[in-house]
Amino acid sequence: MRNRFGNLLWTRINTGILPYLLILAHIGLGSALVYSAPRSNLAFLVLISSLFSLYILEADRRFKLIVGAVLALLIIPVIGVRNIFYLEVIFQISVFAALALGLNIVVGFAGLLDLGYVAFYAVGAYLWAFFGSQQYFVLPFAPGTQPSDLPFLLPGDAFYLFLFLAIIVAAITGILLGSPVLRLRGDYLAIVTLGFGEVIRVLANNLDKPLNITNGPQGITPIQRPTMPDWAVDGFNSLFGPVIGHRVGPADMYNVLFYVLALAVILIIILVTRHLDDSKIGRAWTAIREDETAAIAMGIPLVRMKLAAFAVGASFAGVMGVLLAASRTFISPESFSFMQSIGVLAMVILGGSGSIAGVILGAAVVTLLNLQVLQGVSLYLSELRQSDAVIPLINFAWKDLSNQLDPAKYQRLLFGLILILMMIFRPAGLIPARRRMRTLAAEPPEAE
Amino acid sequence: MTLLETIDLVKSFGGLTAVNKVNFQVEPGRIVSIIGPNGAGKTTLFNTLTGIYRPDQGDIRFNGRSLAGLRPDRIAARGIARTFQNIRLFGGMTVIENILIGMHVHLSQSPLEALLRLPGFRREEREAEQRAMALMRTVGLVGVGNELAANLPYGAQRRLEIARALAAEPLLLLLDEPAAGMNPQETEEMTRLFRTIRDERGVTILLIEHDMRVVMNISERICVMDYGEKIAEGTPAEIRADARVIEAYLGRGAVAGQHEERWR
Repeated sequence: MRNRFGNLLWTRINTGILPYLLILAHIGLGSALVYSAPRSNLAFLVLISSLFSLYILEADRRFKLIVGAVLALLIIPVIGVRNIFYLEVIFQISVFAALALGLNIVVGFAGLLDLGYVAFYAVGAYLWAFFGSQQYFVLPFAPGTQPSDLPFLLPGDAFYLFLFLAIIVAAITGILLGSPVLRLRGDYLAIVTLGFGEVIRVLANNLDKPLNITNGPQGITPIQRPTMPDWAVDGFNSLFGPVIGHRVGPADMYNVLFYVLALAVILIIILVTRHLDDSKIGRAWTAIREDETAAIAMGIPLVRMKLAAFAVGASFAGVMGVLLAASRTFISPESFSFMQSIGVLAMVILGGSGSIAGVILGAAVVTLLNLQVLQGVSLYLSELRQSDAVIPLINFAWKDLSNQLDPAKYQRLLFGLILILMMIFRPAGLIPARRRMRTLAAEPPEAE
Repeated sequence: MTLLETIDLVKSFGGLTAVNKVNFQVEPGRIVSIIGPNGAGKTTLFNTLTGIYRPDQGDIRFNGRSLAGLRPDRIAARGIARTFQNIRLFGGMTVIENILIGMHVHLSQSPLEALLRLPGFRREEREAEQRAMALMRTVGLVGVGNELAANLPYGAQRRLEIARALAAEPLLLLLDEPAAGMNPQETEEMTRLFRTIRDERGVTILLIEHDMRVVMNISERICVMDYGEKIAEGTPAEIRADARVIEAYLGRGAVAGQHEERWR
C-alpha cells in the first residue's frame, strides 16, 4: 500500500551498504544515548527500536543474525544492569511476546477466537508456584495460619525441569478445555473460552479450602528461583565490569538470567511456530480459518487440528507462566484477569494476526506504551504541575492542570483508540501476515 | 461391482424432504450426471454423500463399505473429493498451498519431523510441491503458483478447485455445477478436462450440471431428480425421450416439439 514516492525511497534506502550503515548507526546511537543517560526513556526507546530497523531493512541474513546476537547478548545485558528497569521492561516484552505468539497460533493461524487464553499462563505459573514453594506443606493450613519454618518441597533448580513439564501440563489443559468447546464456532466459541478463562482464575482464587492449594487471593510466595552459580556472577563481572563501572550483585544477575531465559524461550517459540506454519499442520490450521467446510471436505480432521492449535498455543503460555512465577517469586490470581487476555489479543491484532514479526512488535509496542511512554508522559506532566511554567499565548499555568489528567490512567482508552484507528487504516496489523512465496521451478519439460 | 450406491437414502429438513428414498448406482470409471430443476435436492444429495449432512434413513455404500454417519474428513480419506457450487477455495492462501491442502490425507509427515525439518519431511514437501505443479498443468493453470487464490479470475478459480480435489487422489470426484458462469469456449475446455481426468487417471466422475450441452455431451448415464426423488435414470438418449423428465422441466402438457429445441 506504500505509494510511489515511498517505494522509491524504500529502494534507495535498501541499496548497497546503506541499510548496513543505517542499522549500525541506529544501534550505535541507541547504545550511546542509553549509556550516557541511563535513566532516559527516550534513549531506551531509540535502542529498543533498533531491533525493528534490524528486522525491516534488507540486509544479509548472516549480518542480521550476528548483529542481533551482539545486541541481545552484549549490549542489552550491559545496559540493562546499569538500569535494571530496562531489563525488566525487556523481560515483560518477551513474556508478552511469547503469549502473543501462542495466542497467534489459535487466533491468527486457526482463526479460533479465544478470550480466555491467560488461563494457560496461569496454569504454568501455578504449576511452579505450587511445586517451587512451601505450598505443599501449607496444604492443611488456612491462608495466613501456617507456621513460618516450613521447608521447600523441591530444590530451586527443579525450575528447569518444570519449564518442560509446563509445556506438557499446559498442552493437556488446552486439550481438556478445548475438547468441549471446539465444536462451537465464532462468537459462541469466544464466549465459552472467556468463561473458561474466568473459571481458572476463580479456581485459583478459591482453592484455598478445603485443601490450601493456591493460597487464595493472597497468592503464593516465596517461589524459588534457580540457584545462581558464583561463576556466572564472577564471569559476568570480569567480562563486562569495566564497561558497567560497578560490581554486579547476584540480585541483578537474576534479572539478566531471566532475560536470557526468556530470550531463549522466545527463539524456540519462533522456530516452532515457523516450522509448524510451513508444514501440513500449519496449512491445515490456515485452511480451517479460511473455510471450515472446504477444509473438512479435503480430509482435514477439524476437531483434532483445532485441539492441536489449542495445545500448542497453551504450551507457549505455560512455559512463560513458569518463568513469570520464578522471576516474580510471587503470584496471585490478580495477574490472570480477563483484561490480560484482552491485552494479549490486542497485541496480536495490533501487530498483525498470523504474522510472527507482527505480534512480537505488537507485544513490544503495547508493553512499551504501558510501562514507558504513558508513565513517562505522566511523570513529565506532574513535574510541570509542580513548576511555575505557563503555556504561552493562552496564559495557562501548568499547576492548574487537573490531577485527573494523568495519561497512565487513560491506558485502556488509548488502547481502544489505537485499535479503532488500526481497524480503519491498517486492518491487517502493523506487519501484516504474508504467505510464503515458493521458488517454483520454471516449467519442467512436459512429462511423457 | 459398483463404486457408489445409495440405498433408500432420505434426508429431510423439518417438514421438507430434500432427498427422498433415492436409489442409484455409479459404476467405476463412468461419468454420471445428476440433473433436475432448482431445489430438486441435487446439492443436498452431494452434501449427504460427503458427510456434511447425516442421512436420516438409508445407506451409502462406497467401494464396498458403508459411509453413513462418517465424518466428512473420514469420507474424504476413503476417496471422495468434491468441488462446491459456490467456489470455496482458501482465498488467503496461494494456489500451490490450496493444492497442497488437497494432499493433506496423503502426507505422512509427523509433527516432530516438521519441527526438526528432518530429511524425510523436506523430501515429502518437495515432492508434494512438484505434484502440485503437475496438477496445475493438468487443469491448465500456469505460472500462478504464488498468487493468492482469491486473486484468480473466476474461471481459474473453478480450475483450481478441481486441481485441489484431484490432489486428494480420489476414486470418485463430485463436481457441483463446474460449468456455471462459463462461456461456451470455457465450457468446451472444461468438458474436455473432465474426459482427460477420467481417461488418464481413472477417476469416476459424478457431476451436477444445468448446462445441457455439457450433460448430454459428456455423460454416460444421467440421473434426474425432482422434488427430492429420482424420477428417471438412463443414457442421454433415454433421458431426452423420457416423458416424466420433460414434464418436470417444462410442466404438464408440454408439446413434443418444444422440448426438442431445449435439449439440443
